Amino acid sequence: MKRLLTGVFILFSMLVLIACSGGNGSEETTGTSEETNGSSEGSSSSAKLEIFSWWTGAGEEDGLLALLELFQEKYPDIEVENAAVAGGAGTNAKAVLASRMQGNDPPATFQVHGGAELNDSWVAAGKMEPLDDLYEEEGWMDKFPEALIELVSYEGHIYSVPVNIHRSNVLWYNKKIFEEHGLTPPTTFDEFFEVAEALKEAGVTPLALGDKEPWTATHVFENILLAKLGPEDYGKLWTGEVPFDDERVVESAEIFKQMLAYINDDHSSRNWQDASQLVANGEAAMNIMGDWAKGYFVNDLGLTVNEDFGYVTTPETEGMFMVVTDTFGLPKGIENPDDVKKFLSVLGSVEGQDVFNPLKGSIPARVDADKSKYDEYGQDTMEDFQNDALAPSLAHGSAAPEGFLTRFNQAINIFVTQQDVEQFIEALKAAATDL
Amino acid sequence: MPVMRLKKTVLYIVLITISLFFLMPVYVMLVTSLKPLGNISLETMWHLPPSIDFSSYAEAFSKLAPNFMNSVYLVVPATILSALLGAMNGYVLSKWKFKGADFIFTLLLFGMFIPYQSILIPLIQFLRDIELYNTIPGLILVHVVYGLPITTLMFRNFYANIPDELLEAAKIDGAGFLQIFRYIILPLSVSGFVVVGIWQFTNIWNEFLFAVTITQSDKQPIMVALQNLSGSQIVAWNVQMAGALIAAMPTLLVYIFLGKYFVRGLLAGSVKG
Amino acid sequence: MEPASETNLSSEVTISKKKKKVLTKDHWLAIGFLMPSIILILIFVYGFIGWTGYVSLSNWNTVVPDFSFAGLKNYIFLFQDFRFQADLRNNLFFTILFISVVLILGLVLAILLDQKMVRGESLFRNIFFFPMALSFVVTGVVWQWLLNPSTGVNLLLKHVGLEPKWYTDTSIIAGFELGKIEFGLPVAIISVVIAAVWQMTGFALAMYLAGLRNIDDEIREAARIDGCSEFQLYWKVIIPQLKPITMSIVIMMAHISLKIFDLIYAMTGPGANFVTDMPGVYMFETTFRGNYYANGAAIAIIMLLMVAIFILPYLWNSRREGR
Repeated sequence: MKRLLTGVFILFSMLVLIACSGGNGSEETTGTSEETNGSSEGSSSSAKLEIFSWWTGAGEEDGLLALLELFQEKYPDIEVENAAVAGGAGTNAKAVLASRMQGNDPPATFQVHGGAELNDSWVAAGKMEPLDDLYEEEGWMDKFPEALIELVSYEGHIYSVPVNIHRSNVLWYNKKIFEEHGLTPPTTFDEFFEVAEALKEAGVTPLALGDKEPWTATHVFENILLAKLGPEDYGKLWTGEVPFDDERVVESAEIFKQMLAYINDDHSSRNWQDASQLVANGEAAMNIMGDWAKGYFVNDLGLTVNEDFGYVTTPETEGMFMVVTDTFGLPKGIENPDDVKKFLSVLGSVEGQDVFNPLKGSIPARVDADKSKYDEYGQDTMEDFQNDALAPSLAHGSAAPEGFLTRFNQAINIFVTQQDVEQFIEALKAAATDL
Repeated sequence: MPVMRLKKTVLYIVLITISLFFLMPVYVMLVTSLKPLGNISLETMWHLPPSIDFSSYAEAFSKLAPNFMNSVYLVVPATILSALLGAMNGYVLSKWKFKGADFIFTLLLFGMFIPYQSILIPLIQFLRDIELYNTIPGLILVHVVYGLPITTLMFRNFYANIPDELLEAAKIDGAGFLQIFRYIILPLSVSGFVVVGIWQFTNIWNEFLFAVTITQSDKQPIMVALQNLSGSQIVAWNVQMAGALIAAMPTLLVYIFLGKYFVRGLLAGSVKG
Repeated sequence: MEPASETNLSSEVTISKKKKKVLTKDHWLAIGFLMPSIILILIFVYGFIGWTGYVSLSNWNTVVPDFSFAGLKNYIFLFQDFRFQADLRNNLFFTILFISVVLILGLVLAILLDQKMVRGESLFRNIFFFPMALSFVVTGVVWQWLLNPSTGVNLLLKHVGLEPKWYTDTSIIAGFELGKIEFGLPVAIISVVIAAVWQMTGFALAMYLAGLRNIDDEIREAARIDGCSEFQLYWKVIIPQLKPITMSIVIMMAHISLKIFDLIYAMTGPGANFVTDMPGVYMFETTFRGNYYANGAAIAIIMLLMVAIFILPYLWNSRREGR
C-alpha cells in the first residue's frame, strides 16, 4: 500500500509538471521549434524519409509500395517510412497533415492534390520550398503539360511534382442495360434527358448518386459547369472574374436540378462506391464519377471494361479534361531536403510514373510515358490528356481553397433537397466572398 | 380473479413487445454476422443463417485487432489512474472539508457536464506542444483529467456513507490524514473501486470524440476503427456487424458479469452530489 | 485557501468542530492531496474554455493559425448560416423528443417491472439495461443498417405496405419559414431518436426503479385505504414523489443530447439538407475538416452555453441542498 501511494504521488507531480510546463509556454515553444528545425536544414542526416499519403486502398497501396521499392533500388542508403493515413478518402490524412504543419512538424514530403489545395494553404503560408531548380535540372518543363505546371505553380514558382492524373468528367454506364433498351450513351444534355426518360419509363434508375458525402454532388455539378462555361471561363469562376450569378451558372444549376429528378431515392445514405455498385448491379444505368471508379468496378467488383460497363465523357465536355492530380512537394524546415529531392526526381521520372500508375489505375502526368503499360481505358485517357483542354476540379480541391469548397459543398447539400436555384446561386455568391 | 389474470396478460404482452424492440438490433447483429461472407443478399437479411460461419468475425477481427489492442492499452491505465485520483479527491471532499470545499467540488463537477467540443481546439494544440498528440499516453492523460469530476463525485458519495465515528476513533488513536486513508478508507473502498472502475472502463472504451480527434490511423482505439469500417457497402455488412459485436464485447461482458455494479455506478454518478 | 479553524459550518458529514485545532496539519495535507486535481481542472477545463472563447473571437479560419481579433464575426456568421440554423432546430426537436420518450418509456417500464406479479423481472430488466453498456458508435452502426430505407426494418415493413424513408426523409413536419430554414420537426430526426432511446431508456428505468423501491409501501397502503384507484395512486402520489429523480434524468439526458456527436456521426452524418445535422457534428467537420477553427470554436462556445443553461441551476441547487 505504501508503494502504491508513492506511485500516486509521483504520478501527481508528473501531471502537474506537464500541465504547468505546457500551459503557459505553448506559443513560445512553437516559435523556437521552427528555428531549430530550420537550422539543421541541408545536412544529409540519417533521418528517415517519411512519405505521407492516404494511399491505403487496394490498387493505390500497391502502386505506392512499387514506387518505394524502385526508390530503394536507386538509393539503398536512404531509409524510407511509408506514413499512409487510412480512412475518409484523404480527409483523415488532410486533418493529420494540417495538425502536423501547424505544429511545425511536417512530414518529409506529402501527397496533396495539385492546385489550390496546396497553393492557397501551405504555399501561401510560406511553408513550402519552390522546386523550380529541380524542374530545370530534370528537364521537366516540357515533359508535363504546360497547364499542369501552371496548376502546381504559385506566383511564378513551381511547388510540387505531379505523379498521376485522374480524369473526373467521365460518365460510366451499364452496357447491358443500354443494350437491352436500345440506347446509346448520351453526349449532350438533351440526349442525356432523353435516355434518362426512357430508362425511367422502363423502371431503371437512370442516374446513380451517393451524396452521403456531398462532394459527389459537387462533382456532378462541376462537370455541368465545365460543359456550359468551357474550360477558360470555368477557370475564371475561381478567380472571381466570372461571377456566380452568370447566366451560364444559373443554366447549369437548372440542368443539375433536372438531373436530380432521375437519381436514386436513397442517395443520401450512400457514398460513391455504393452508388457505383447500383450501376454495377444493373439497378441504375449511369453514374458520373472520376476514373477511380474504374478501379472500383474492375478490382473490387470484378467487372470488365467495355463489356460490363462503358464510359464516355460527361455531356458536352468532349475535348475537355477535368483533372485531379496527386502531387508531392518539399516542406520547409525538414531535416533531409536533399533526400526528398531525390525522391521527387524518381517520382517525376518516366520510370517512376510507369511503375506507380498502372497499379493505381491512373495515368501518368508526364506526356512521354510508355503507353503499352496501360489498359485500354488508360490509353484512351492518355491520348485525351495530351490533346484536351485541362480544367482543375473543384470537388477535389484543385480549383479553389478548401474553405470555399466546404461552403460550396454545404450549398450543394441544401440544393439537392430544396432544388431552389435562386437560393443556391445566392449561397454560392456568399461563399465566393471567401475566394 | 379474472381481472387480475387479464391485467397480467396485458402486462406481459406490453413487456414482451418492448423487449422485442430492444432485442431486434441484437438479433440482426447476430444472424448477419454469423452468415458466410458470400451470403449477404438483402432478401435473407432477417433469416437465420443457413449454417453458422465465423468468417465474418475472422475478417472483422483481422481489421480491428490492432485498434482493439490500442483500446486495451488506453483503458487499463486510464481507468486505474482516474479511479485512484477520484478516491483521493473524494476522501478529501467528503471527510476533510475545509472552507470553500463545496465550491471547489462544484467547480470540479462542472467539468463533467461540459461539451468536450469546447476544450478540443486548445487541447489538441496543447497535446501537440507536449508531444503527446497522436499517442496513447496522450489519450490516457485526457481521459484521466476529464474523468476526474465523475470519479471524484462517485467516491465522495461513496465515502459519505462511511460513518464519521470510524474516523473519529482513529484520530483519537493518533492517526493522521494519510494513516486514515491507508488503513481505514482504502480497505473499505473495494466495492467503490469496482463501481468506479467499471464505470470508467465502459466510458473510456466507448468514447469517440477524443479518440477521433487526438489519434490517427494506427494509434486509433477500436471505436474509431469501427466507424471507419462501417457506413458503406465497400465492407460487407456482415463484417460490419461482426465488427460491432467485437467492439462491444468487452463492455457487454462487464455488464453481463458485473451488471449490478454497473447499474450502481450509473445511479451514483447521476444522483446529486 | 487557508484551512481556517472556522470551517465546516456547512456540512454534516465532516468531523465535528471540537477537534479542529489538532487537524491543521492534516488539513494542509488534504488540500495538498486535492491540489493537483484542482490545477488540472483549472487548466484543462476553465483555461481551455477561455482559450476556445479567445479562438472564437479570432480570424483563425484557415489552415494557419491567425489570432487577430475578429469581434463577434464568427457568431454573426453562424446565426445567419443555414446549416447552423438547421442544427439548432434539429437539436431542439431531438432533445425534446428524446427526453420525453426516455422519461415516459422508462417510467412505464419501471412501473410495470415494479408490479409484484411479474415473473422474470430481472430478465426483462437486463434486456432494457444492456444497450447502456454499448458505445453510441456501435448503436449508430447497427441502427444505420436497420433504418436504412433499402435494408433493415423496411424489408419487413414492406410486407404490410409500409416503406418509410427513415433518416433519408427530408420532409419537415408542420414546417414554416424561419430565418433561412424551414422550422418544424424533421422526420429524419425521429430515426435518430429511436436509436438514442434504444440506448438510453435503461438509464431512466434504472433510476425510476430505484426510486420506486425507496417509496414506502405504507404510502401505497394509505392511499389505497383512502380509496385511490391504482391509476390515481401513481398519478397523484407516486409520480410526484419521483420528481427529483425525473429532474436528474432530464439533466443527464439533456446534457447528452445537447452535445450529441458520435451517434449522429456513426449513424447518419449531417444528412441531406442537414436534416440530421447537430452542432457537435458541424463543429467537428468545420474545424477539423474545413479548417474553420474560429467558426468551430464559436459553435463549441454556443454548445457550452446551451448546456450551462441546464446545468448551472442544477449544480447551484444541489450545492444549496447539500448544506
